[in-house]
Amino acid sequence: MVDSQSSETRAPQAEAPLAETALAAAHRAAGARMVPFAGYLMPVQYPSGILAEHVWTRTSAGLFDVSHMGQARLVGPDFETAARALETLVAADILGLRPGQQRYTQILNEEGGIVDDLMVARPAAPDRPGEILLVVNAGTKDADFRLMNAHLPADVVLEQMPERGLLALQGPRAAEVVAELAPETAAMAFMQTGTAVLAGIPVALSRSGYTGEDGFEISVAAEDAVALWTRLLGDERVRPIGLGARDSLRLEAGLPLYGHDINQETSPVEAGLTWSIAKRRRQEGGFPGQIRIGQEIAGGPVRRRVGILLEGRTPAREHADILDAAGELIGQVTSGGFAPTVGAPIAMGYVVPEFAAPGTALGLVVRGRTLQGRVVPMPFVPHRYKR
Amino acid sequence: MSVRYTKDHEYVRVEGDVGTVGITDYAQSQLGDVVHVELPELGRVLARGDEAAVVESVKAASEVFAPVSGTVTAVNGELEAAPNAVNDDPAGSGWFLKLQLSDPAELDGLMSEQDYAAFVASIS
Repeated sequence: MVDSQSSETRAPQAEAPLAETALAAAHRAAGARMVPFAGYLMPVQYPSGILAEHVWTRTSAGLFDVSHMGQARLVGPDFETAARALETLVAADILGLRPGQQRYTQILNEEGGIVDDLMVARPAAPDRPGEILLVVNAGTKDADFRLMNAHLPADVVLEQMPERGLLALQGPRAAEVVAELAPETAAMAFMQTGTAVLAGIPVALSRSGYTGEDGFEISVAAEDAVALWTRLLGDERVRPIGLGARDSLRLEAGLPLYGHDINQETSPVEAGLTWSIAKRRRQEGGFPGQIRIGQEIAGGPVRRRVGILLEGRTPAREHADILDAAGELIGQVTSGGFAPTVGAPIAMGYVVPEFAAPGTALGLVVRGRTLQGRVVPMPFVPHRYKR
Repeated sequence: MSVRYTKDHEYVRVEGDVGTVGITDYAQSQLGDVVHVELPELGRVLARGDEAAVVESVKAASEVFAPVSGTVTAVNGELEAAPNAVNDDPAGSGWFLKLQLSDPAELDGLMSEQDYAAFVASIS
Protein backbone atom coordinates (compact mmCIF):
# COMPACT_ATOMS: atom_id res chain seq x y z
CA MET A 1 0.00 0.00 0.00
CA VAL A 2 1.51 3.27 -1.12
CA ASP A 3 0.23 6.82 -0.80
CA SER A 4 -0.20 8.10 -4.32
CA GLN A 5 -0.94 11.57 -3.03
CA SER A 6 -0.89 12.73 0.53
CA SER A 7 -1.37 16.05 2.24
CA GLU A 8 1.76 15.19 4.16
CA THR A 9 3.85 15.04 1.01
CA ARG A 10 2.22 17.78 -1.05
CA ALA A 11 4.46 20.56 0.22
CA PRO A 12 8.12 20.24 -0.67
CA GLN A 13 10.07 19.70 2.50
CA ALA A 14 13.33 21.46 3.11
CA GLU A 15 16.35 19.49 4.26
CA ALA A 16 16.74 21.84 7.23
CA PRO A 17 15.74 20.48 10.65
CA LEU A 18 12.09 20.97 11.46
CA ALA A 19 11.04 23.70 13.85
CA GLU A 20 8.54 23.07 16.62
CA THR A 21 5.99 25.36 18.20
CA ALA A 22 5.82 25.95 21.94
CA LEU A 23 3.01 23.36 22.02
CA ALA A 24 4.85 20.43 20.41
CA ALA A 25 5.22 18.53 23.70
CA ALA A 26 1.55 19.11 24.50
CA HIS A 27 0.55 17.70 21.11
CA ARG A 28 2.67 14.61 21.63
CA ALA A 29 1.26 14.13 25.13
CA ALA A 30 -2.24 14.27 23.61
CA GLY A 31 -1.30 11.47 21.20
CA ALA A 32 -1.02 13.62 18.09
CA ARG A 33 0.56 12.30 14.93
CA MET A 34 3.24 14.86 14.10
CA VAL A 35 4.11 15.51 10.46
CA PRO A 36 6.38 17.95 8.63
CA PHE A 37 4.47 20.98 7.39
CA ALA A 38 5.99 24.22 6.09
CA GLY A 39 9.24 23.59 7.94
CA TYR A 40 7.51 22.71 11.21
CA LEU A 41 6.62 19.47 12.93
CA MET A 42 2.87 19.88 13.41
CA PRO A 43 -0.07 17.73 14.59
CA VAL A 44 -1.99 16.39 11.59
CA GLN A 45 -4.49 14.60 13.81
CA TYR A 46 -5.12 13.46 17.38
CA PRO A 47 -6.28 9.93 18.29
CA SER A 48 -9.96 10.60 17.55
CA GLY A 49 -9.11 11.15 13.88
CA ILE A 50 -9.77 13.77 11.23
CA LEU A 51 -13.47 13.03 10.69
CA ALA A 52 -14.31 13.26 14.37
CA GLU A 53 -12.22 16.42 14.74
CA HIS A 54 -13.96 17.97 11.75
CA VAL A 55 -17.42 17.20 13.12
CA TRP A 56 -16.45 18.42 16.60
CA THR A 57 -15.37 21.78 15.19
CA ARG A 58 -18.66 22.14 13.28
CA THR A 59 -20.74 21.25 16.36
CA SER A 60 -18.80 22.47 19.43
CA ALA A 61 -15.36 24.14 19.56
CA GLY A 62 -12.05 23.02 18.09
CA LEU A 63 -8.69 24.30 19.29
CA PHE A 64 -5.90 24.60 16.72
CA ASP A 65 -2.21 25.37 17.17
CA VAL A 66 -1.32 27.68 14.28
CA SER A 67 1.82 29.07 15.87
CA HIS A 68 3.76 28.16 12.72
CA MET A 69 2.12 31.07 10.92
CA GLY A 70 4.09 34.28 10.57
CA GLN A 71 3.10 37.01 12.97
CA ALA A 72 4.67 40.42 12.48
CA ARG A 73 3.99 44.10 12.82
CA LEU A 74 4.73 47.08 10.65
CA VAL A 75 5.72 50.13 12.65
CA GLY A 76 5.72 53.59 11.11
CA PRO A 77 5.76 57.08 12.59
CA ASP A 78 1.96 57.12 12.31
CA PHE A 79 -0.80 54.81 11.05
CA GLU A 80 -1.18 56.56 7.69
CA THR A 81 2.50 56.22 6.81
CA ALA A 82 2.52 52.52 7.70
CA ALA A 83 -0.76 51.90 5.85
CA ARG A 84 0.43 53.64 2.69
CA ALA A 85 3.63 51.61 2.77
CA LEU A 86 1.67 48.33 2.99
CA GLU A 87 -0.69 49.47 0.22
CA THR A 88 2.26 49.40 -2.22
CA LEU A 89 2.25 45.58 -1.81
CA VAL A 90 -1.46 44.72 -1.44
CA ALA A 91 -4.72 45.85 -3.10
CA ALA A 92 -6.93 46.10 -0.01
CA ASP A 93 -7.96 49.35 1.63
CA ILE A 94 -5.46 49.46 4.49
CA LEU A 95 -5.69 53.21 4.98
CA GLY A 96 -9.41 52.88 5.71
CA LEU A 97 -8.97 50.34 8.52
CA ARG A 98 -10.56 51.59 11.70
CA PRO A 99 -8.89 50.87 15.03
CA GLY A 100 -9.71 47.27 15.98
CA GLN A 101 -10.55 46.24 12.41
CA GLN A 102 -8.96 43.40 10.46
CA ARG A 103 -8.94 42.69 6.71
CA TYR A 104 -8.00 39.82 4.43
CA THR A 105 -5.73 40.68 1.50
CA GLN A 106 -2.96 39.33 -0.73
CA ILE A 107 0.63 40.39 -1.35
CA LEU A 108 0.87 40.74 -5.13
CA ASN A 109 3.70 40.43 -7.62
CA GLU A 110 4.24 42.71 -10.62
CA GLU A 111 2.32 40.28 -12.84
CA GLY A 112 -0.71 40.39 -10.55
CA GLY A 113 -0.03 36.91 -9.13
CA ILE A 114 -0.40 36.18 -5.43
CA VAL A 115 2.83 36.05 -3.40
CA ASP A 116 0.86 35.24 -0.24
CA ASP A 117 -2.49 35.85 1.39
CA LEU A 118 -2.62 37.42 4.82
CA MET A 119 -4.62 39.08 7.57
CA VAL A 120 -3.94 42.75 8.32
CA ALA A 121 -5.18 44.41 11.49
CA ARG A 122 -5.09 47.90 12.91
CA PRO A 123 -4.84 47.43 16.68
CA ALA A 124 -7.54 49.09 18.76
CA ALA A 125 -5.01 50.28 21.32
CA PRO A 126 -1.56 50.09 19.72
CA ASP A 127 1.57 50.25 21.84
CA ARG A 128 2.89 52.73 19.29
CA PRO A 129 0.69 54.88 17.01
CA GLY A 130 1.92 53.58 13.65
CA GLU A 131 1.39 49.83 14.23
CA ILE A 132 -0.21 47.36 11.84
CA LEU A 133 -0.41 43.66 12.69
CA LEU A 134 0.13 40.96 10.05
CA VAL A 135 -0.42 37.20 9.98
CA VAL A 136 1.06 35.46 6.92
CA ASN A 137 1.38 31.81 5.88
CA ALA A 138 4.04 29.64 7.50
CA GLY A 139 5.54 28.34 4.28
CA THR A 140 5.91 31.80 2.77
CA LYS A 141 6.75 33.93 5.78
CA ASP A 142 10.49 34.19 5.20
CA ALA A 143 10.02 35.25 1.56
CA ASP A 144 7.21 37.65 2.54
CA PHE A 145 9.32 39.35 5.15
CA ARG A 146 12.32 39.63 2.79
CA LEU A 147 10.06 41.19 0.17
CA MET A 148 8.60 43.65 2.66
CA ASN A 149 11.99 44.64 3.99
CA ALA A 150 13.17 45.30 0.44
CA HIS A 151 10.13 47.47 -0.39
CA LEU A 152 9.35 49.37 2.79
CA PRO A 153 10.40 53.01 3.13
CA ALA A 154 13.05 53.81 5.72
CA ASP A 155 10.54 55.10 8.27
CA VAL A 156 8.41 51.93 8.28
CA VAL A 157 9.99 48.95 9.99
CA LEU A 158 8.91 45.29 9.88
CA GLU A 159 9.21 43.51 13.22
CA GLN A 160 8.74 39.75 13.21
CA MET A 161 7.13 38.25 16.30
CA PRO A 162 8.59 34.75 16.67
CA GLU A 163 8.14 35.12 20.42
CA ARG A 164 4.38 34.77 20.01
CA GLY A 165 2.25 31.68 19.56
CA LEU A 166 -1.11 31.61 17.78
CA LEU A 167 -4.13 29.50 18.73
CA ALA A 168 -7.45 29.33 16.92
CA LEU A 169 -10.66 28.39 18.72
CA GLN A 170 -13.35 27.69 16.14
CA GLY A 171 -16.91 26.44 16.17
CA PRO A 172 -20.43 27.32 17.30
CA ARG A 173 -19.46 27.16 21.00
CA ALA A 174 -16.09 28.92 20.67
CA ALA A 175 -17.42 32.38 21.47
CA GLU A 176 -19.19 31.29 24.67
CA VAL A 177 -16.03 29.55 25.88
CA VAL A 178 -13.98 32.71 25.35
CA ALA A 179 -16.72 34.98 26.72
CA GLU A 180 -16.78 33.04 29.99
CA LEU A 181 -13.12 33.99 30.43
CA ALA A 182 -13.42 37.54 29.06
CA PRO A 183 -17.04 38.78 28.83
CA GLU A 184 -16.13 41.82 26.74
CA THR A 185 -15.21 39.58 23.80
CA ALA A 186 -18.88 38.68 23.29
CA ALA A 187 -19.45 42.06 21.65
CA MET A 188 -16.71 41.59 19.04
CA ALA A 189 -17.95 41.05 15.47
CA PHE A 190 -16.35 39.07 12.64
CA MET A 191 -12.98 40.59 11.68
CA GLN A 192 -12.77 42.75 14.80
CA THR A 193 -9.63 42.61 16.90
CA GLY A 194 -8.85 43.46 20.49
CA THR A 195 -6.94 42.49 23.57
CA ALA A 196 -8.14 40.53 26.57
CA VAL A 197 -6.91 38.60 29.57
CA LEU A 198 -7.93 34.93 29.42
CA ALA A 199 -7.46 33.07 32.71
CA GLY A 200 -4.77 35.53 33.74
CA ILE A 201 -2.98 35.40 30.38
CA PRO A 202 -2.83 38.57 28.26
CA VAL A 203 -3.72 37.93 24.60
CA ALA A 204 -4.45 39.78 21.38
CA LEU A 205 -7.36 38.23 19.54
CA SER A 206 -9.43 38.62 16.40
CA ARG A 207 -12.86 37.21 15.64
CA SER A 208 -11.86 35.28 12.55
CA GLY A 209 -10.52 31.92 11.44
CA TYR A 210 -10.11 29.42 8.65
CA THR A 211 -13.03 27.05 9.14
CA GLY A 212 -16.11 29.07 8.17
CA GLU A 213 -17.24 28.93 11.80
CA ASP A 214 -17.49 31.68 14.36
CA GLY A 215 -14.44 31.84 16.59
CA PHE A 216 -11.22 33.56 17.48
CA GLU A 217 -7.57 33.55 16.54
CA ILE A 218 -5.63 34.23 19.72
CA SER A 219 -2.07 35.54 19.77
CA VAL A 220 -0.25 34.73 22.99
CA ALA A 221 3.31 35.02 24.28
CA ALA A 222 5.04 31.71 23.51
CA GLU A 223 5.83 31.19 27.20
CA ASP A 224 2.10 31.39 27.99
CA ALA A 225 0.96 29.22 25.07
CA VAL A 226 0.96 25.91 26.95
CA ALA A 227 -0.95 27.40 29.89
CA LEU A 228 -3.61 28.89 27.61
CA TRP A 229 -3.85 25.71 25.50
CA THR A 230 -4.25 23.58 28.62
CA ARG A 231 -6.80 25.93 30.15
CA LEU A 232 -8.96 25.97 27.01
CA LEU A 233 -8.76 22.18 26.64
CA GLY A 234 -9.91 21.85 30.24
CA ASP A 235 -13.32 22.98 29.00
CA GLU A 236 -15.37 19.95 27.93
CA ARG A 237 -16.70 21.87 24.92
CA VAL A 238 -13.17 22.16 23.51
CA ARG A 239 -11.04 19.48 21.82
CA PRO A 240 -7.71 19.74 19.97
CA ILE A 241 -7.89 19.69 16.17
CA GLY A 242 -5.03 18.93 13.78
CA LEU A 243 -4.02 20.17 10.36
CA GLY A 244 -5.97 17.38 8.62
CA ALA A 245 -9.33 18.67 9.79
CA ARG A 246 -8.15 22.24 9.34
CA ASP A 247 -7.79 21.42 5.64
CA SER A 248 -11.19 19.70 5.27
CA LEU A 249 -12.89 22.51 7.22
CA ARG A 250 -11.40 25.29 5.11
CA LEU A 251 -12.20 23.35 1.92
CA GLU A 252 -15.88 23.13 2.90
CA ALA A 253 -15.78 26.84 3.74
CA GLY A 254 -14.52 27.57 0.21
CA LEU A 255 -11.39 29.25 1.52
CA PRO A 256 -8.32 29.02 -0.73
CA LEU A 257 -5.11 27.43 0.53
CA TYR A 258 -1.94 29.23 -0.49
CA GLY A 259 0.38 27.16 -2.67
CA HIS A 260 -2.54 25.07 -3.90
CA ASP A 261 -5.62 27.15 -4.79
CA ILE A 262 -3.71 30.41 -5.15
CA ASN A 263 -0.08 31.01 -6.09
CA GLN A 264 2.33 33.29 -7.93
CA GLU A 265 0.47 32.73 -11.23
CA THR A 266 -3.13 33.11 -10.06
CA SER A 267 -4.58 36.59 -9.71
CA PRO A 268 -7.08 37.61 -7.04
CA VAL A 269 -9.69 38.09 -9.78
CA GLU A 270 -9.22 34.56 -11.12
CA ALA A 271 -9.33 33.26 -7.54
CA GLY A 272 -12.68 34.91 -6.83
CA LEU A 273 -11.12 37.33 -4.35
CA THR A 274 -12.04 40.55 -6.17
CA TRP A 275 -14.21 41.45 -3.17
CA SER A 276 -11.02 42.04 -1.22
CA ILE A 277 -9.83 44.76 -3.66
CA ALA A 278 -11.26 48.06 -2.44
CA LYS A 279 -13.02 50.43 -4.83
CA ARG A 280 -10.59 53.21 -3.98
CA ARG A 281 -7.65 50.98 -4.81
CA ARG A 282 -9.20 49.97 -8.15
CA GLN A 283 -9.53 53.64 -9.04
CA GLU A 284 -6.19 54.83 -7.70
CA GLY A 285 -4.05 51.76 -8.44
CA GLY A 286 -0.63 51.87 -6.82
CA PHE A 287 -0.37 48.12 -6.17
CA PRO A 288 1.70 45.49 -8.01
CA GLY A 289 0.02 43.90 -11.01
CA GLN A 290 -2.57 46.66 -11.27
CA ILE A 291 -2.67 46.48 -15.09
CA ARG A 292 -3.59 42.80 -15.26
CA ILE A 293 -5.94 43.05 -12.30
CA GLY A 294 -7.68 46.14 -13.76
CA GLN A 295 -8.09 44.40 -17.12
CA GLU A 296 -9.47 41.26 -15.49
CA ILE A 297 -11.97 43.21 -13.38
CA ALA A 298 -13.15 45.06 -16.51
CA GLY A 299 -13.08 42.28 -19.08
CA GLY A 300 -13.07 39.06 -17.08
CA PRO A 301 -10.18 36.69 -16.34
CA VAL A 302 -9.12 33.75 -18.53
CA ARG A 303 -10.05 31.25 -15.80
CA ARG A 304 -12.01 31.23 -12.58
CA ARG A 305 -11.80 29.32 -9.31
CA VAL A 306 -14.97 27.29 -8.83
CA GLY A 307 -16.40 24.85 -6.36
CA ILE A 308 -17.22 21.35 -7.61
CA LEU A 309 -19.53 18.74 -6.07
CA LEU A 310 -18.80 15.20 -7.26
CA GLU A 311 -21.17 12.32 -7.76
CA GLY A 312 -20.27 9.03 -6.08
CA ARG A 313 -17.74 8.62 -3.30
CA THR A 314 -14.33 8.95 -4.97
CA PRO A 315 -12.62 12.29 -4.30
CA ALA A 316 -10.82 14.22 -7.03
CA ARG A 317 -7.68 15.70 -5.55
CA GLU A 318 -5.14 18.35 -6.49
CA HIS A 319 -3.92 18.19 -10.14
CA ALA A 320 -6.90 16.13 -11.40
CA ASP A 321 -7.83 17.31 -14.89
CA ILE A 322 -11.26 18.89 -15.40
CA LEU A 323 -13.12 18.10 -18.64
CA ASP A 324 -16.20 19.57 -20.27
CA ALA A 325 -19.13 17.40 -21.37
CA ALA A 326 -17.36 16.76 -24.69
CA GLY A 327 -14.21 15.54 -22.92
CA GLU A 328 -12.10 18.62 -23.69
CA LEU A 329 -9.62 19.74 -21.03
CA ILE A 330 -10.93 22.95 -19.45
CA GLY A 331 -9.09 23.15 -16.13
CA GLN A 332 -7.52 21.49 -13.14
CA VAL A 333 -8.41 20.71 -9.54
CA THR A 334 -6.36 22.62 -6.95
CA SER A 335 -7.80 21.04 -3.76
CA GLY A 336 -10.22 18.26 -3.17
CA GLY A 337 -11.30 15.65 -0.72
CA PHE A 338 -14.19 14.10 1.12
CA ALA A 339 -16.35 16.73 2.80
CA PRO A 340 -17.67 15.31 6.07
CA THR A 341 -20.39 17.93 6.56
CA VAL A 342 -21.58 17.64 2.94
CA GLY A 343 -21.24 13.84 3.00
CA ALA A 344 -19.72 13.79 -0.49
CA PRO A 345 -16.45 14.54 -2.25
CA ILE A 346 -15.90 18.19 -3.12
CA ALA A 347 -13.15 20.08 -4.91
CA MET A 348 -12.07 23.49 -5.99
CA GLY A 349 -10.22 24.23 -9.16
CA TYR A 350 -9.83 26.58 -12.08
CA VAL A 351 -11.89 26.37 -15.27
CA VAL A 352 -12.23 28.61 -18.31
CA PRO A 353 -14.98 31.14 -17.53
CA GLU A 354 -17.70 29.74 -19.80
CA PHE A 355 -17.78 26.65 -17.57
CA ALA A 356 -17.80 28.53 -14.25
CA ALA A 357 -21.56 28.95 -13.88
CA PRO A 358 -23.20 26.93 -11.07
CA GLY A 359 -24.86 23.81 -12.43
CA THR A 360 -22.33 23.28 -15.23
CA ALA A 361 -21.59 19.56 -15.65
CA LEU A 362 -17.90 18.67 -15.48
CA GLY A 363 -15.79 15.54 -15.73
CA LEU A 364 -12.91 14.95 -13.32
CA VAL A 365 -10.16 12.55 -14.29
CA VAL A 366 -9.08 10.29 -11.42
CA ARG A 367 -6.77 7.33 -12.13
CA GLY A 368 -7.82 7.26 -15.77
CA ARG A 369 -11.55 7.32 -15.08
CA THR A 370 -13.79 10.34 -15.59
CA LEU A 371 -15.91 11.10 -12.53
CA GLN A 372 -19.02 13.26 -12.89
CA GLY A 373 -19.41 16.53 -11.04
CA ARG A 374 -20.96 19.95 -11.34
CA VAL A 375 -20.07 23.50 -10.46
CA VAL A 376 -21.67 24.65 -7.21
CA PRO A 377 -21.49 27.98 -5.40
CA MET A 378 -18.96 28.27 -2.58
CA PRO A 379 -18.89 28.00 0.36
CA PHE A 380 -20.00 24.34 0.31
CA VAL A 381 -21.06 24.73 3.95
CA PRO A 382 -22.54 28.11 4.94
CA HIS A 383 -20.29 30.45 6.90
CA ARG A 384 -21.47 31.14 10.42
CA TYR A 385 -19.52 34.27 11.20
CA LYS A 386 -20.80 36.73 13.79
CA ARG A 387 -21.79 39.76 11.74
CA MET B 1 -5.02 -21.10 7.64
CA SER B 2 -2.11 -18.69 7.64
CA VAL B 3 -1.76 -14.94 7.27
CA ARG B 4 1.08 -13.40 5.28
CA TYR B 5 2.10 -9.76 5.02
CA THR B 6 3.80 -7.42 2.52
CA LYS B 7 6.13 -4.51 3.14
CA ASP B 8 3.37 -2.34 1.67
CA HIS B 9 1.14 -3.38 4.60
CA GLU B 10 -1.29 -5.64 2.81
CA TYR B 11 -2.22 -8.98 4.33
CA VAL B 12 -3.45 -12.14 2.68
CA ARG B 13 -5.24 -14.74 4.83
CA VAL B 14 -5.01 -18.09 3.07
CA GLU B 15 -7.63 -20.83 3.39
CA GLY B 16 -7.02 -23.63 0.89
CA ASP B 17 -6.24 -21.93 -2.40
CA VAL B 18 -8.24 -18.76 -1.65
CA GLY B 19 -6.59 -15.68 -0.18
CA THR B 20 -8.52 -12.87 1.55
CA VAL B 21 -6.73 -9.55 1.04
CA GLY B 22 -6.89 -6.41 3.16
CA ILE B 23 -4.67 -3.81 4.78
CA THR B 24 -3.10 -4.14 8.19
CA ASP B 25 -3.98 -2.37 11.39
CA TYR B 26 -0.76 -0.38 11.07
CA ALA B 27 -1.78 0.69 7.55
CA GLN B 28 -5.24 1.85 8.60
CA SER B 29 -3.76 3.77 11.53
CA GLN B 30 -1.39 5.57 9.16
CA LEU B 31 -4.11 6.32 6.62
CA GLY B 32 -6.60 7.74 9.07
CA ASP B 33 -10.34 7.71 8.46
CA VAL B 34 -11.20 5.74 5.33
CA VAL B 35 -14.02 7.37 3.37
CA HIS B 36 -14.14 5.18 0.26
CA VAL B 37 -12.65 1.98 -1.19
CA GLU B 38 -12.50 1.24 -4.90
CA LEU B 39 -12.63 -2.51 -5.48
CA PRO B 40 -11.81 -4.51 -8.61
CA GLU B 41 -14.41 -6.25 -10.73
CA LEU B 42 -15.00 -9.97 -10.20
CA GLY B 43 -12.99 -12.22 -12.47
CA ARG B 44 -10.13 -9.79 -12.86
CA VAL B 45 -6.76 -11.53 -13.10
CA LEU B 46 -4.11 -9.87 -10.97
CA ALA B 47 -0.39 -10.51 -11.03
CA ARG B 48 1.51 -10.09 -7.78
CA GLY B 49 2.10 -6.34 -7.29
CA ASP B 50 -0.75 -5.21 -9.55
CA GLU B 51 -3.04 -2.48 -8.24
CA ALA B 52 -5.95 -4.35 -6.70
CA ALA B 53 -7.87 -1.57 -4.97
CA VAL B 54 -7.64 2.08 -3.95
CA VAL B 55 -8.30 3.31 -0.43
CA GLU B 56 -9.40 6.91 -0.08
CA SER B 57 -8.83 8.32 3.36
CA VAL B 58 -9.63 11.84 4.45
CA LYS B 59 -5.99 12.64 3.76
CA ALA B 60 -4.99 10.72 0.66
CA ALA B 61 -5.61 8.11 -1.99
CA SER B 62 -3.53 4.96 -1.49
CA GLU B 63 -3.12 2.01 -3.80
CA VAL B 64 -3.51 -1.52 -2.51
CA PHE B 65 -1.44 -4.07 -4.42
CA ALA B 66 -2.13 -7.75 -4.89
CA PRO B 67 0.18 -9.56 -2.41
CA VAL B 68 0.08 -12.65 -4.63
CA SER B 69 -1.20 -13.50 -8.10
CA GLY B 70 -4.74 -14.72 -8.62
CA THR B 71 -8.25 -14.17 -9.89
CA VAL B 72 -10.72 -11.98 -8.00
CA THR B 73 -13.56 -14.21 -6.80
CA ALA B 74 -15.23 -11.88 -4.28
CA VAL B 75 -15.13 -8.26 -3.13
CA ASN B 76 -16.40 -6.80 0.13
CA GLY B 77 -19.48 -4.87 -0.97
CA GLU B 78 -20.18 -3.86 2.63
CA LEU B 79 -17.39 -1.30 2.36
CA GLU B 80 -19.48 0.81 -0.02
CA ALA B 81 -21.86 1.77 2.80
CA ALA B 82 -19.42 1.35 5.70
CA PRO B 83 -15.84 2.15 4.62
CA ASN B 84 -14.98 2.77 8.30
CA ALA B 85 -14.85 -1.04 8.73
CA VAL B 86 -11.32 -0.73 7.31
CA ASN B 87 -10.40 1.37 10.35
CA ASP B 88 -12.47 -0.49 12.91
CA ASP B 89 -11.75 -4.10 11.94
CA PRO B 90 -9.08 -4.27 9.21
CA ALA B 91 -8.31 -7.95 9.73
CA GLY B 92 -11.99 -8.93 9.89
CA SER B 93 -15.00 -7.13 8.41
CA GLY B 94 -12.70 -4.60 6.74
CA TRP B 95 -11.39 -7.12 4.16
CA PHE B 96 -11.19 -5.98 0.53
CA LEU B 97 -11.25 -8.95 -1.84
CA LYS B 98 -10.71 -12.68 -2.24
CA LEU B 99 -8.27 -14.16 -4.73
CA GLN B 100 -8.18 -17.64 -6.22
CA LEU B 101 -4.42 -18.11 -5.93
CA SER B 102 -2.64 -18.98 -9.16
CA ASP B 103 0.78 -19.55 -7.63
CA PRO B 104 0.63 -20.42 -3.90
CA ALA B 105 4.43 -20.65 -3.84
CA GLU B 106 4.49 -16.84 -3.93
CA LEU B 107 3.33 -16.92 -0.30
CA ASP B 108 6.82 -18.00 0.71
CA GLY B 109 8.11 -14.59 -0.34
CA LEU B 110 5.85 -12.78 2.14
CA MET B 111 6.36 -12.07 5.83
CA SER B 112 4.96 -14.11 8.69
CA GLU B 113 2.98 -12.34 11.41
CA GLN B 114 6.08 -12.29 13.62
CA ASP B 115 8.32 -10.90 10.85
CA TYR B 116 5.75 -8.26 9.98
CA ALA B 117 5.44 -7.15 13.61
CA ALA B 118 9.22 -6.74 13.72
CA PHE B 119 9.12 -4.84 10.42
CA VAL B 120 6.48 -2.42 11.74
CA ALA B 121 8.46 -1.95 14.94
CA SER B 122 11.51 -1.05 12.84
CA ILE B 123 9.72 1.69 10.88
CA SER B 124 7.52 3.23 13.56
